Amino acid sequence: MERYNGGNAGDAARVRAAVDPAAALAPSRCRVDRVRRETSDTFTLDLSAIDAGTGFHFGAGQFNMLYVFGIGEVPIAISGDPTKPEKLVHTVRTVGAVTEALCALKKGDAVGVRGPFGTAWPVDEAHGRDVVIVAGGIGLAPVRPIVYQVLAHRSRHGRLVLLYGSRTPQDLLYAKELERWRARLDVDVQVTVDAAARGWRGNVGFVTTLVARAPFDPKNAVAFVCGPEVMMRYTAVELQRRGVAPADIHISMERNMTCGVGLCGHCQFGPHFVCTDGPVFALPRVEPLLTIREL
Amino acid sequence: MKTIEGLLGEHLYFQGMPPEYLALLAGCGRNVQFTPGQYINREGQEANEFYAIRHGKVTLEMFVPGRGPVTLHTLSEGEVFGWSWIFPPYRWMFDARAVEVTRAVAFDGLCLRTKCENDPAMGYDFMKRFAQVAVARLDSARLQLLDVYGTVQRR
Repeated sequence: MERYNGGNAGDAARVRAAVDPAAALAPSRCRVDRVRRETSDTFTLDLSAIDAGTGFHFGAGQFNMLYVFGIGEVPIAISGDPTKPEKLVHTVRTVGAVTEALCALKKGDAVGVRGPFGTAWPVDEAHGRDVVIVAGGIGLAPVRPIVYQVLAHRSRHGRLVLLYGSRTPQDLLYAKELERWRARLDVDVQVTVDAAARGWRGNVGFVTTLVARAPFDPKNAVAFVCGPEVMMRYTAVELQRRGVAPADIHISMERNMTCGVGLCGHCQFGPHFVCTDGPVFALPRVEPLLTIREL
Repeated sequence: MKTIEGLLGEHLYFQGMPPEYLALLAGCGRNVQFTPGQYINREGQEANEFYAIRHGKVTLEMFVPGRGPVTLHTLSEGEVFGWSWIFPPYRWMFDARAVEVTRAVAFDGLCLRTKCENDPAMGYDFMKRFAQVAVARLDSARLQLLDVYGTVQRR
């Protein structure tokens, strides 16, 4: 499946100039191969192409527009393995009509897909350096491809640290996969929840509390942060307090992406269009905007 | 075998503290170990100690009638807990329970208070560290209260 790829450039003008609107706005048909329930309100869709193509090539951190025919379209981060482009994986949280319709899809149903859009996590910047991933809630989905990518080329990187915060133990995404990663000697996985009943043997506390003691070299690390905006703001502060340079901190913004190609302007965030300049931004590009109310 | 002073020198909380302060504080400390499930302190008990965790994991809990013990925060290696010894009425506000085998340095609160009063420069250094931890813990509690993962805009 040949698709427009927003790539890493983050240059909206150039990206918009490169877009063929007709191609970028027309969805391709995909088949639902599997629906997995992750938590009470979150599920993962495995999709394969109905229309002929060459696979779903994407960069970790990019998103697709998923279209439920007759209902509507939503931007959803790709949560699968970028080294295995034959399958498209999306983890979706039910928060409205379209996502509820996505949740109701069954194996064999068709769904429209446009993308991949937006910038990717600059994993290459972490060659020879420690990789620190901090995720909160559903924010684990857009960073999961980083883990796959780093594990596929493990010798290229230093330590791989995943710090994940969730609301409760029942809300943890990819719980079995987290266990598998935790069992590896070359991955450090730390999980915390905001609230837990007595039986929970893991950490309780906000995810920012994990940063201070996480095993990485702040002077030689690249951090990838994804979650609610408040969580990302405070995590960025903690990472900088630990000694990580702002330019080495990358966050994934979320706004009302609609066209996905920088034409409609719905996702404007200050001077940026999140759909083409982002969603992944180096912190210095957006940090001053994060504290502007209602932006 | 390492001395208390040596152990403190390796602990995250005391990082960068002048050696003469470490030597003074070490005089108030002793090595302790707790087994999984063991309560280190209970809410309402007299608060005589402050703990610097070396290994293991400790939960701060509150017993809520009808809900049982509720975990508020988990602490591990490099962290400290217990500040009820600083101010009257010197009573623990929460339960502290070891989740794993936990090794810590326990400081005598009265001894610490006396040394801080007698050496204000050291006391200020110690309290600044304490304030930093308290603020970080407060920030975390506020963010937990926000329930940021639970509220999602409908689309």
